[in-house]
Amino acid sequence: MSAGAPQTGFRDEAFERRLSARHRRGDLYRWLCFAAAAVGVITLAALLLDVLHDGLSRLSPQFLSSFPSRRPDEAGIKAALWGSIWMISLTALMAFPLGVGAAVYLEEYASNNWLNRLLEVNIANLAGVPSIVYGLLGLGVFVRFFGLGRSVLSGAATMALLILPVIIIASREAIRAVPRSIREASYALGATRWQTIRHHVLPSAFAGILTGTILALSRAIGETAPLIMIGALTFIAFTPVSVFDPFTALPIQIFNWVSRPQPGFHVNAAAGILVLLAVLLAMNSAAILLRNKFQRKW
Amino acid sequence: MDPSAPEAGVQPAATSIAVPNALEVRHLDVFYGDLQAVKDASLDFPVNTIVAMIGPSGCGKSTLLRSLNRMNDLIPNARIEGEILFHGENLLGRGVDPVEVRRRIGMVFQKPNPFPKSIYDNVAFGPRINGLAGEMDELVEDSLRHAALWDEVKDRLRESALELSGGQQQRLCIARALAVKPEILLLDEPASALDPIATAKIEELLKELEKDYSIVIVTHNMQQAARVSDYTAFMYLGRLIEYAATDELFTSPRVKETEDYITGRFG
Repeated sequence: MSAGAPQTGFRDEAFERRLSARHRRGDLYRWLCFAAAAVGVITLAALLLDVLHDGLSRLSPQFLSSFPSRRPDEAGIKAALWGSIWMISLTALMAFPLGVGAAVYLEEYASNNWLNRLLEVNIANLAGVPSIVYGLLGLGVFVRFFGLGRSVLSGAATMALLILPVIIIASREAIRAVPRSIREASYALGATRWQTIRHHVLPSAFAGILTGTILALSRAIGETAPLIMIGALTFIAFTPVSVFDPFTALPIQIFNWVSRPQPGFHVNAAAGILVLLAVLLAMNSAAILLRNKFQRKW
Repeated sequence: MDPSAPEAGVQPAATSIAVPNALEVRHLDVFYGDLQAVKDASLDFPVNTIVAMIGPSGCGKSTLLRSLNRMNDLIPNARIEGEILFHGENLLGRGVDPVEVRRRIGMVFQKPNPFPKSIYDNVAFGPRINGLAGEMDELVEDSLRHAALWDEVKDRLRESALELSGGQQQRLCIARALAVKPEILLLDEPASALDPIATAKIEELLKELEKDYSIVIVTHNMQQAARVSDYTAFMYLGRLIEYAATDELFTSPRVKETEDYITGRFG
């Protein structure tokens, strides 16, 4: 049908041919996007299956409760698992108050001047600094300057610095999502700035802050490079009893086993990866549960 | 009203009555950055009356209202000049803490904004943070009764305020404002998000509250201004154009712009 001529019936063959071509094109892009989405999931699934196949047989109470050993079938993950738990708990204790405090300052108090803009830009940049650089920083500052040695405290402090920018950014987003009307209601009743933050902003932002913090901690528990830099040990036959004790962590133990020539240790590494993944999964589930528990509707 | 106010070819009726003033505004200028939202406004708000502020969108009526309890301090770039006298004290003066101002001059907003807490805690929050002494249960009940909400919520004080209807939420916001014992109540289009029945309830409530409080209400709705207020101020392009007893302003406006606005020729 030529352009401009009035159409007589409902059906228009030329238009319908073009329309089906348009639909085919739409379908093509739909599948391309699906393929893009599938790449990540398939890779992860393949990886998981492979690790499960290699390591599941080694996973046993003995593996969880034994210290490292020269003989692969006697070696276990106990020191690394406890080292990681110690480290991540200390990291959380340090990074959470610092991160939330910084976020509250930047969102609620900071006026738009050069000092605060400098702070903001630097925090954004810190989030992009490679983790090995934090390792160097930890080695220089905590291990040497403060004389904390290769202790779990040094490791946790380094990790806290590493994830601080992530916690700050996540907390700021959560704080920013609190509607202005709630703040206004509070101020209009004669609340001070801190009372408004304490009673309304933080409780409303809590779910988001918590989720961001736990995801940041999940990243920290898998980090290896900074721990190698500060010299977390690989062969440790005890669990920490104080924050000043030397320690090792799951990724370091895995790295150590992978680099051994004996195949038995490679199986141990696969089992160690399973333990690490289980810890990560538990933390992420906790994040989801906590978010649902504290989430607020407006 | 300051007789020297330049645009006031109109002598507001507020000056002619013998009641004391709750608030006296003198040569108020409010700026947002380079934009001047309120231009040299001077007017008095008499005690125990309802004053309505009307005018087209962007005329500065909300800005003026928010200046009265220094809520505009919270907006970055906002700047305010002039005087607002309250018991003889300039609220814009250096030594005045806006927190104290807001405790004495309460505010209710356009959209009901209850806290995501229980009905009880919504009302009790203000008295708690201000350290008001006395029996809290009694104060909560009293405030809810004053806001004509008690009978509807007395059996579910511990339930979330977000479960209430829009009209109930707005009356809860009024109860919450009353709980800190203010002298003046500012309302910024309090019924614009409500249906006609809920609106009627709010208006009825305002007439009741007028006995104990001085009320300033910003409204888009001229019928509402005519129904509830004793005095009406008409603002246009940041200026106070005319301020008079409500009957007078709506039946025989003295300024051309007022007449054009109330007869629906613009706005």
